[in-house]
Amino acid sequence: MSAATIRDPTRLRVRVSGAVQGVGFRPYVYGLATRYGLAGFVVNGPEGVTIEVEGNRAPEFVAALPLEPPPLARIDHISVQRTRALAAQDFSICASEDGRLSTRIVADAATCRQCLGELFDPENRHYLYPFVSCSHCGPRYTIAEQLPYDRRNTVMKAFRLCAACAAEYADPASRRFHAEAIACPICGPRLSHGVNAIVAAIARGQIVAIKGLGGYQLLCDARNQDAVQRLRSRKQRPQKPFAVMVSSIGRVNEIAEANAAELALLESVARPVVLLASRNDLAPAIAPGLSRVGVMLPVAPLHHLIFHALHSTGAWLAGAGPVIVATSANSCGEPLVIDNAQALRRLEGIADLVVTHDRDILTRADDSVLSVVASRTQFVRRARGYVPDPIRLARSVPVVLAVGGALKSTVTITRDNEAFVSQHIGDLDTAEGICVFEQTIHHLTSTLDVEPVVIAHDMHPNMASTRFAQASGRALVAVQHHHAHAAAVIAEHGHAGPALALVLDGHGLGSDGGNWGGELLLCEGTRFRRIGHLAPLQMPGGDRAAREPWRMASAILQALGRRHEIGPRFAAQRQAGRVSALLDQAGGATTTSAGRLFDAAAALLGVASLQSYEGEAAMKLEAMVRRTEIFEAGWTIDRGVLSLRPLFSRLIADDLDAADGAGLFHGTFAAACIDWVGRAARRTGVNTIILSGGCFLNAVLADEIERGCRSAGLTPLVPRQLPPNDGGLSLGQAWIAALQTAEQPSALKGAT
Amino acid sequence: LSHGSGGRAMAQLISGLFHQAFGNEWLARCNDQSAFEVAAGRMVMTTDGYVVSPLFFPGGNIGSLAVHGTINDVVMAGARPLYLSASFIIEEGFRFSDLGTIAQSMGVAARGAGVYIITGDTKVVERGKADGLFISTTGIGVLADGLDLSADKARIGDRVLVSGSLGDHGVAIMSTRQNAALQVEIVSDSASLHDLVAVMMAAGGRGIRVMRDPTRGGLAATLNEIAHQSGLGFRLQEAAIPVKPAVAATCELLGLDPIHVANEGKLVAIVAPDVADAVLAAMKAHPLGCDAADIGEAVADDHKFVQLATSFGGGRIVDWLSGEQLPRIC
Ligand SMILES: [Fe+3]
Ligand SMILES: [Mg+2]
Ligand SMILES: [Zn+2]
Ligand SMILES: [Zn+2]
Repeated sequence: MSAATIRDPTRLRVRVSGAVQGVGFRPYVYGLATRYGLAGFVVNGPEGVTIEVEGNRAPEFVAALPLEPPPLARIDHISVQRTRALAAQDFSICASEDGRLSTRIVADAATCRQCLGELFDPENRHYLYPFVSCSHCGPRYTIAEQLPYDRRNTVMKAFRLCAACAAEYADPASRRFHAEAIACPICGPRLSHGVNAIVAAIARGQIVAIKGLGGYQLLCDARNQDAVQRLRSRKQRPQKPFAVMVSSIGRVNEIAEANAAELALLESVARPVVLLASRNDLAPAIAPGLSRVGVMLPVAPLHHLIFHALHSTGAWLAGAGPVIVATSANSCGEPLVIDNAQALRRLEGIADLVVTHDRDILTRADDSVLSVVASRTQFVRRARGYVPDPIRLARSVPVVLAVGGALKSTVTITRDNEAFVSQHIGDLDTAEGICVFEQTIHHLTSTLDVEPVVIAHDMHPNMASTRFAQASGRALVAVQHHHAHAAAVIAEHGHAGPALALVLDGHGLGSDGGNWGGELLLCEGTRFRRIGHLAPLQMPGGDRAAREPWRMASAILQALGRRHEIGPRFAAQRQAGRVSALLDQAGGATTTSAGRLFDAAAALLGVASLQSYEGEAAMKLEAMVRRTEIFEAGWTIDRGVLSLRPLFSRLIADDLDAADGAGLFHGTFAAACIDWVGRAARRTGVNTIILSGGCFLNAVLADEIERGCRSAGLTPLVPRQLPPNDGGLSLGQAWIAALQTAEQPSALKGAT
Repeated sequence: LSHGSGGRAMAQLISGLFHQAFGNEWLARCNDQSAFEVAAGRMVMTTDGYVVSPLFFPGGNIGSLAVHGTINDVVMAGARPLYLSASFIIEEGFRFSDLGTIAQSMGVAARGAGVYIITGDTKVVERGKADGLFISTTGIGVLADGLDLSADKARIGDRVLVSGSLGDHGVAIMSTRQNAALQVEIVSDSASLHDLVAVMMAAGGRGIRVMRDPTRGGLAATLNEIAHQSGLGFRLQEAAIPVKPAVAATCELLGLDPIHVANEGKLVAIVAPDVADAVLAAMKAHPLGCDAADIGEAVADDHKFVQLATSFGGGRIVDWLSGEQLPRIC
């Protein structure tokens, strides 16, 4: 943008790219142009928004343009050039152009302040209307079929605007000018039940399913232990924590401790679930054995209406406001329910009341989950409110589709210098999950208007994602699991040059066919070298050992020559008597997993012998930590292999209680890792340290390792825009495959 | 046994052993081939190689396994088995007495099914070129008029029947490979299914669309194969799948799923719904089918998934594994 070089500053063509469509950008431009007394027009086109203005104050207009854009707009680039004389005498908004679609849909946004005002204003025509929205808020990604983002390309095409809505839609001065999702009680979608019925059911301790922004949600009273237990047993989810919703930011402190950064995150337009230190004021069944609780604020008008009505029922203790469980409506591991018929069928056995409405959800998006670690935000699950916002890449790359892993799956498509990482899809071991996976790929390729030339996948042969890739007939690139974890961080940071990657993870198939999971990789370009790993430990029963931490604990006891303790320690386990015989066998599977060491520690300290959800034992162990401590003699490093055997010997000493043991384990593990990467950095001369893998969701571990790297003079790079777990795999796969394709496009045909 | 040396004497010794064990008029003629009468209509032929380790296991050995397996492949077409051939690759140093035991059990297995082993061959190879003993067998049988069992005959709504508990053979084999502390009292299910199939055919007739013996890869591999050939999916009720408690316990210990474990005397049948009950009753009345069960149905499915039904109408995919069960949980 260099207005100085333009000869006639009064006639300008301005092109704006970024998230500038479907966010009220054209009315903003209209208002600005009118304020500066300019003639001309604004139009949505394939490259973004094009503006032509004519008038003396045109340069002022251009300077003001990036200053106060509408809340959901994001300007990536503005270009200005001189243009021909315009015939127009005033300023107008033109219809959208068609053509190649390179702009994008923006993420869904929580109800804005103005709409909220209208929702509770008895004089307003949107009074108590659960579908009020405007160009600053409401559904976007979840209702869009294709680009351009116009009402005719959304599920809203089923609702004909009434005269009042049509007038706002056509009025450039209105907040609802071309706000595609607008509706009112006269012309818009309707709820199947009144808010009073929902509130009465919740107050009675019943479970209610409502249709949220990205899918059905299950609600119940979070202070009612019976209700929460009933939800657990009906959802067949014995232990995994539930998120809760409170009515407003002022109420958060009643149930959890939140600092300024956490409060800001809670209130952001994405309205994610934020993990906060719990005050243990809720039903104990909300987050059994954990010290943190997932909290969110109302997202959609219906949530606000429910809280409004709950407050007025007065059924709650004076001072303590209502808190409701808000969890996604699916049975464990399966994708979120979005379809009305399916909801009635599948949720019948779970919810006492299923509340639907007639605005379809086209694309499911679970609630996003984040936390604040070391004063930065950390994704646990990236979905509603964040997708389909792209991740900026350091350079333009070929179009690649990456299909991720098998659990907590996401897919990624690269286009130019952006990577579009899908919302969290879930586990790919159900037919439903695989169908959603395929739909997501289809939706992403069609909304991005691209045809991937290469598909990147995990090396594991028995993943549905790998099979999808192999059946596609496209050129394939197989990326090692932990290399992908590292590459995801490299891609989002735009890091060039070599980097060391400390990947602390659960499991991934190694390039040597082994079970990897605690790896030190030297990455450069499209390649990596495994320069270190955790000492291999037996994993009796393969995946079964991942579900049953006592088995990993048994492997540790065996390795320490204390096999006789297995039976007495784990007397409650059916197979405890036979597992040591299994461990005696030569040739059993071993693993270098870091996650399995946390499992073993949790089982040895009596925190969890079995786990009903991924990461349960490690999360409960983390929750035990009061303060960390380092056992200096707790580890050995021999030719890149880190062994924590001495730490485990100390851990099983009688005088250690679980909390001290947890603190000692976390502190020592982190210190050992810092020692490990420090030595590798000195040996290789590489000081950039990638920290990734599922174990980095452990806030204690992540915080200590990150700070430790810094004080050792190293530069840690951590995942910031994606979770460190398998939710980030697809970006790493895409980045490796894209670089490889760019390097040798011809060698790819049929190559893996 | 020794390789190369001994020539004639050795050959005579070996052929004597087989003649004695298999004892039939065709072998007695000592020709390089055997001639037999052909019935009118269609015949079926199958061939298979056996490389099991260990060679002896609870409930059988490589010899009985080879005979049962080949007969079963013939009868899965609904055919009546008639003749077998057998070819032996023997590693130098193999014990003559073990070969005798194996040949005897082949003879017993064949006679039990009314089948004759009418031609064969033996080769002794150098030490290290074979793992003790390999057996290749070919089987021939006759098919009743118009009978055509084939995976592409499966239809939506067809029932899936299994003839008994799953995983017995695989667990018996695995347990003999383990150290003593892990061995379990499980006997291989190795058996010839000719008679069970005969009573099933009598009860179900043309309503029986497909039969397979779920050997390597277990029920999961077999149903995935049928799904791909028929273009249908299968929906199974996990609780209905018969598994012996000792097999379930060993699978739990080893982290295996019994539906991926091999069987050698079981069959899975895809049967029209109107005859399913009659076929199941006939199976249950037969000693080899007393634990038979109706475990699910064929469904329309573009993905051709085999699913284990869970509550809430969901389903877990029954994998089609390339190779062994690798860990996957991250
Ligand atoms: Fe991983
Ligand atoms: Mg066969
Ligand atoms: Zn709004
Ligand atoms: Zn209206």
